[in-house]
Amino acid sequence: MNAPLLDVQGLTLHRGSIRILDDVSLTLGRGETLALVGESGAGKSTIAVALMGLIASGGVRIEGRARFDDVPDLMTLNEKGWSKLRGRRLSMVFQDAGSALNPCYTVGSQLASVLRRNLGLSRAAARSRAVELLESVGINDAAARLSAYPHQLSGGMQQRVMVAIALACNPDLLFADEPTSALDVTIQAQIIRLILDETRAHGASCIFVLHDLALASQCCNRIVVLYAGQVMEAGPCDTVLDRPRHPYTRLLKSCVLEIGTKELNPPEGGVPGYDAMPRGCRFASRCPQATARCADERPPLVEVEGRALACWNPG
Amino acid sequence: MLAQSAGRIVQTIVVLLIVSGASFSLLKLAPGDPVMLMLGAEFSQESYDSLQHDLGLDRPVLVQYLTWLGNFVTGDWGTSYVSRTDIFTVVVKEALPVTLTLTACSIVLAVAVGVPLGVLSAVRKDSVWDTGVAVFALTGTAFPSFFLGIVLIWLLAVQLGAFPVMGFVAPWDDFRTGMYHMVLPALTLSTYFIGMIVRVTRASLVEVLDQPYIAAARARGEPGWRVVWVHGVRNIAMPVVTMIGLQLGGILQGAVLTETVFSLPGIGQMLTGAVLGREYTLVQAGVMLTATLFIVVNMIVDLSYPLLDPRLRPR
Amino acid sequence: MAAVGPTTANAAAPPANGKPIRAKSMLRRRPFFSLALVITLGFLLCAVFAPQLTPFDPTAQSIDAMMMPPGGAHILGTDSYGQDILSRIIYGARYALLIGIVSVALGAAGGLFLGVAAGLASGWAEWVLMRVIDSILALPSLILAVAFIAILGQGVDKVIIAVSLSLVGPFARTVRSDVLQVKVQLFVEAAGLMSIPRMTVIRRHILPNVLFPLFVQVTVRVSEAILVSSSLSFLGIGVTPPTPDWGLMIAEGRGFVSFAAWMSGMPGLALALLLIALSIIGDGVREEFDPKLRSDR
Repeated sequence: MNAPLLDVQGLTLHRGSIRILDDVSLTLGRGETLALVGESGAGKSTIAVALMGLIASGGVRIEGRARFDDVPDLMTLNEKGWSKLRGRRLSMVFQDAGSALNPCYTVGSQLASVLRRNLGLSRAAARSRAVELLESVGINDAAARLSAYPHQLSGGMQQRVMVAIALACNPDLLFADEPTSALDVTIQAQIIRLILDETRAHGASCIFVLHDLALASQCCNRIVVLYAGQVMEAGPCDTVLDRPRHPYTRLLKSCVLEIGTKELNPPEGGVPGYDAMPRGCRFASRCPQATARCADERPPLVEVEGRALACWNPG
Repeated sequence: MLAQSAGRIVQTIVVLLIVSGASFSLLKLAPGDPVMLMLGAEFSQESYDSLQHDLGLDRPVLVQYLTWLGNFVTGDWGTSYVSRTDIFTVVVKEALPVTLTLTACSIVLAVAVGVPLGVLSAVRKDSVWDTGVAVFALTGTAFPSFFLGIVLIWLLAVQLGAFPVMGFVAPWDDFRTGMYHMVLPALTLSTYFIGMIVRVTRASLVEVLDQPYIAAARARGEPGWRVVWVHGVRNIAMPVVTMIGLQLGGILQGAVLTETVFSLPGIGQMLTGAVLGREYTLVQAGVMLTATLFIVVNMIVDLSYPLLDPRLRPR
Repeated sequence: MAAVGPTTANAAAPPANGKPIRAKSMLRRRPFFSLALVITLGFLLCAVFAPQLTPFDPTAQSIDAMMMPPGGAHILGTDSYGQDILSRIIYGARYALLIGIVSVALGAAGGLFLGVAAGLASGWAEWVLMRVIDSILALPSLILAVAFIAILGQGVDKVIIAVSLSLVGPFARTVRSDVLQVKVQLFVEAAGLMSIPRMTVIRRHILPNVLFPLFVQVTVRVSEAILVSSSLSFLGIGVTPPTPDWGLMIAEGRGFVSFAAWMSGMPGLALALLLIALSIIGDGVREEFDPKLRSDR
């Protein structure tokens, strides 16, 4: 089956007169992992949230199409349609597991409710499956942990629980929204490993939202580089990161600190406010290669040297 | 946590002692000489002295206070100077149950009506419903309850003849008739609290619905109503109970007025009658009882917090 | 809208030119608010100009004109003594607002004193003062007022005293918590402050941060004061007849509800209207100027 699992075309998110996301397109095949990278505020999380149908409705308008497997367009689903997909075929691991778990219910009851609701398991069956799931994500003494409250667990364990809940029903697509930003460095690696192993074992695809390029390069097949809601460059991870053609990707790569180098050259400037965006490429104001054309005319996303690139003056 | 509870109990006892001292002074400060009141129009110095000695009113004030306190704690609240009946029976066995029934019914009614309205308001924030409920809540809290009672009597009892105008029937004697007589008074008393509960519910729920664990619950495929009622409402239990605790004073206050309007023989009516009839021992007993109830219930509310929020329980 | 009050970082001075701007935008955003202001103003005018406005003497009894329904010479009817209800309602506004405003002012003053003392105290003194405040707060304001009336007796002046005393507790509680918030910030900010005399510290730093929220509380509690005093009169232990007090009028009309509903209805509506208007104003002021809406009332 060569048809991609997820095919997003022209996703644009308007809030009032601002475009938070501007014509975002990406594809994802089965079993692949994709990294969405960019600075804070670039819209990476927004894409994930939008693709789960969780955008709060007030004052927001979404254009574009997102085909997921046999669902022709996610953006046209109503609440009923979404509830069939969420938790079962689409799921999400959140950044801060501590606040993503309901503090008033035990970890076990939150896990079990997902199993009973989406898979129709009985109370006893759900309980034993919950124990299995917790063990599979590396939580020792799983049976006892079922009756723990979220605040009684460490950050790493909370995140493991989140992963268990997200994968409980064997989804086809898992979103991981900065799953390790709130954790210690040593735990980060474990959690990423866990997510990768589990998704591979279940044959699921995964979209990681990250701001850490190094992490992206280590764990993903494909990458999409986002700046202020626009896709700058996208393609296989190795291709894009080894030989970046887009000035922004190059900039990001140069920022990755390496142990041993003695120079720190941070780039200038920051993301402009959304009301001050140029009509064309939004990176124009900071781009070392920018020409007059860049701010006025948006470069199309074209296939160049094995990756998709949106730039008038690639390097 | 045990130390905390112990500290709280000590605080409570000290406050009760201060209140008892104040209540005792109330009696002493009240105009009129109780001995003269009992003796009537003409009396001799000897009968005055002997009665004063019998009543223990010739002993030092501190001794009188301690005696009174001792008596109070053991349930000997004296006899009314004028009517010569045992105060304890009048207050606790006859008046208190009436007031408690009224209060309980009103709280139940207020929660049963207020919480759903608050939820509706929060879920449909800023809509017509929200504004409508807000107006209703505001009117409810501002409207003078004794006038509301009269309006309800006029409307439902006099005009429509649907409910009795006044009187109390003990629900434990005859549940149906008892409740029937409780409808108008409970409605009157609860209106203020429906307003307060609506506000607290709405404000807390709006905050709660913004939390990551709500989005996470939706991401797991929980249906909308469950997200609100199981995940959301469970987390507002504490603010609502706090509000009820804070408003207990207001509930008692309202009970005084409601009892007068509907001629319910509760503590409120007893208290007003005592003030008018210059029966100061009765006033003192009523004041002391009210304060004790109020303080004790507040303490119970405080101690119940760990039950409501698992994060407050000892690890 | 920027939060104002002790929780902001620069707690030193109250907002200077923030206020008029906020007031204007507040009026624009809340239509009910302007209406409430107009209504309250109307009652205030009634209170001030009562003698000029009333068609009849509010306490003039008349056997011929007893219990007349609204209409004709007596626009709102008469009561069981033949007194004109409209005139009594207009004078009632005077009594309600007088008692309400004066009681709140006195109660706030008392609460300010007690609250600042409790807030600045430390160690045993603080603990004891807190228990004292707790015990005052142990009784709801109406019941406390009833207790005071028992000692003082009835009458307008006694009602004012009783209501003021019953409000001292709630005011003291909010003042104390505001003082505590400022106290903490000062200590965080300052080794430098230690050489400044205490009264200056109080005057320059603590009071401005306490007076502003206190003013907000005062606006909110005027309606409570009016409610308590009307309740006292309704119960028959407040002002004495024939004083034109709304609570008293409602009580007097109670027995006649089945055939002369206007006797209770008219003063009741007046009371409800004023209380609702004051509530809207109080809420509006509180929402604008209180940092957290869920602070204790």
